[in-house]
Amino acid sequence: MTDIATMPQPVSFGRRLKRFMADRPLIPLIILLIILVVILQVLRPGIVNERWLANTAKFAIPLAILAGCQTMTMLTGGIDLSVGTVATMSAFIMATQIVNQDPAVAFLLAMLPAVLIGLVNGIGVGVFRVHPLIMTLGTSLIGTGFLQVYQRTVIASGAKIPDFLNWLGTGVTYGFPNALLLFVPVAVLIVFMLNRTGFGRLLYAVGDNERAARLSGVRYWQVITALYVLSSLLAGITGLLYIGLIKAPSLSLAEPLVLPSVAAAVIGGTSIFGGRGGYTGTIIGALILTVLTTLLTILQMPEGGRRILFGFIVLFVTAAYLRIVEDR
Amino acid sequence: MTANPLLDATGVAKNYGAVAALRNASLSVLPGEVHALMGANGAGKSTLVKILTGAIKADAGRILIRGQQLDVRSPAAARRAGLLPVYQEPSLIPDLDVLSNLRLTGTPVEAFRAWVRELGIPDLDIRETARHIPLAILRVLDLARALAVEPDVLLLDEMTAALPANLAEKVLEVVRRQGDAGRSVIFISHRFVEISALCDRATVLRDGSTVGVVDIEPGIEERIVEMMLGARIEKTRVTARAANEVAIAGGGRPRLSVRNLQLGTKLNDVSFDLANGEVAGVFALEGQGQDELFAALAGSIRPTGGSIDVDGAPVKFSHPSDAIQAGIAYVPGDRTEALAMQRSVRENIALPFSAALRKWGPIRMRREQVVVSGAIGRLQIDTRAQGEVQRLSGGNQQKVTIARWIAANARTILCFDPTRGIDVGTKQEIYKLLRELAGQGKSVLFYTSEMEEVQRVCDRVIVIFGGRVVDTFPVEEADEPALMRAAYGLPRGAKADVGILAEVKPGSNAEAAS
Repeated sequence: MTDIATMPQPVSFGRRLKRFMADRPLIPLIILLIILVVILQVLRPGIVNERWLANTAKFAIPLAILAGCQTMTMLTGGIDLSVGTVATMSAFIMATQIVNQDPAVAFLLAMLPAVLIGLVNGIGVGVFRVHPLIMTLGTSLIGTGFLQVYQRTVIASGAKIPDFLNWLGTGVTYGFPNALLLFVPVAVLIVFMLNRTGFGRLLYAVGDNERAARLSGVRYWQVITALYVLSSLLAGITGLLYIGLIKAPSLSLAEPLVLPSVAAAVIGGTSIFGGRGGYTGTIIGALILTVLTTLLTILQMPEGGRRILFGFIVLFVTAAYLRIVEDR
Repeated sequence: MTANPLLDATGVAKNYGAVAALRNASLSVLPGEVHALMGANGAGKSTLVKILTGAIKADAGRILIRGQQLDVRSPAAARRAGLLPVYQEPSLIPDLDVLSNLRLTGTPVEAFRAWVRELGIPDLDIRETARHIPLAILRVLDLARALAVEPDVLLLDEMTAALPANLAEKVLEVVRRQGDAGRSVIFISHRFVEISALCDRATVLRDGSTVGVVDIEPGIEERIVEMMLGARIEKTRVTARAANEVAIAGGGRPRLSVRNLQLGTKLNDVSFDLANGEVAGVFALEGQGQDELFAALAGSIRPTGGSIDVDGAPVKFSHPSDAIQAGIAYVPGDRTEALAMQRSVRENIALPFSAALRKWGPIRMRREQVVVSGAIGRLQIDTRAQGEVQRLSGGNQQKVTIARWIAANARTILCFDPTRGIDVGTKQEIYKLLRELAGQGKSVLFYTSEMEEVQRVCDRVIVIFGGRVVDTFPVEEADEPALMRAAYGLPRGAKADVGILAEVKPGSNAEAAS
């Protein structure tokens, strides 16, 4: 700072505000979320009510869990693009197997591809050092291919959505969506894991400085393999929740959620370069994206225009947010 | 000599911030001479070379080439002026074949081939990708590429390092003939043998200034060592240390026992012991294999031969976690290698606690807090900037890397140049800490490039030169001239010391024998 003449006080208000924001990165996110809700209410008075809140939560939850997968992998400097395929596979297998199988068996069959893909991702990234982007994209394509083959074999038996998943995905009890029964424990678990367990610490450490982690005795492949299996498992469970919400099994069920899940983690302040971020920000990021989608829908713009605007807003919000919280 | 110098640099200075890398360096090279450029670590050799070859710009000074003042702004400009360097690191682009690399620099291919044959490689496939060529050959190819454009001044930085003897011989022969052909060579080397066989004159740098230019003649080595040391030749008396006696009394089985350790061409037949309660220094010039020695002991790389015993039992480390299991911790010299910069002091110190698979569960926060604050208190780390380690000062960052292993209660600490680039106060604290650790029966292997640190911290010093242990001194004998000569591979006491050196020769060797 050389232009001291223009600054009568040692620390300007703007600078203090910036420091405040940098120490509490959630606050600007919450402010943004509130602003979006207020805009929505102004554009369409009365829209923000109990039903709308429950509905928003229902659609934000699957996105938030998938964004949890991205948060964890991004902390290590990776990314998991296979979450969409994994979620779709477990949903599709569940819906088709439940027709002839015991629910527990159907559930296990549904989670099997999730575990396998997670394991392959983890070994590919952790042992063979394939770039996570390529690795998870590859397994995602392979998974989609397998799903198409599988579809032929079950085409005769049809599909149905289990009642329980229906209840979990769409049901509302006392104004609260039932999906919260799944989401709250999952969110608490992820936050606890990241902050208070050895594994969580290692995710940050590996992403921040892999060499330092190695010199401290951390075996990279163990951390990465466990991480991608966990990420895939969460994605598989999200698939089951999502099929209860959408109610129409298809081969691209959860695919549209993949990139928004990355965006939610980034908006929530997790660095794609690893070592920095957390899950609470990601949850708010997922809420922001969901509200933003509603907002753009009620603007009654054509689909193309909506997408363009969505993209611009995501870019703008992320850039602005990083400027606010990075303390330079 | 009446000939005008081909290259004449005077009064060259270069500052990096407040640090003066070069104060007043001069170098004058006559046509047809092989001129050695010498100096201890940090004397400014590499800075001067970089300035001469246009890689960086000098703050002051005058550089004349053939009597004309030239402003060498870039490596390309230096090249046009007839000045060509061959650096220690191979400069061929690894993913291109040799021919493409030649085209990239516009090197005449036939001349290159001729030089390659001349240098003792008869069967080079010019279509081979550089990545697949062994390091030693790559260095020779670099030299051939430089020779092919017939530079007036060839600048060779540690040219014979990492070369097998037969290739080294050819290289030296070619360099010698280069001089006979009327071209000049600036030859940077730590090896007196080569210098006396090859060079006509030597320029000696110390602390960024040229302190002398000498003709190479028999017995000149001592003078050069003397010049490199300068005022520091006044012997600093080793202060008596109480902890020392404890160490010797400890005796018994060595904590760490290294036998005939071999690592490619980098380490050769290295053997030494590290006792409990001892700080053993490792002293070496840059790149003599000390990096590899520490990496092998830390489990980062696997030795190709020899054995390492811990507490008398043989060990084979395949990952740093194996070494940590055996109680051996490695503190790298480069702090950015050891720290997660965006994480807190606490997380950085506690990092080894979570490393093992069975420690992945919930952390007992209160116990961790106690252990971590114990280590922070012991090292007096200034934790006002708790949030992120990157906001700490360099000295405090270095303390965190050591505190981690104090907290983990490691029995042996391998410290690689831990005081590089930190303030004097923190240096003192680190010396004190290392002595305290030894006093508690722990053992420390301490590499340093600063001679005075050896006397401040170590009980014993192991000197490495060219990948071999060339000498081991008790600290009482490890005065700076003795260290310097050993580090340059000169034999101890082989001939009578001359001049000033004679006065500082330690009096008695008897009590110090180990």
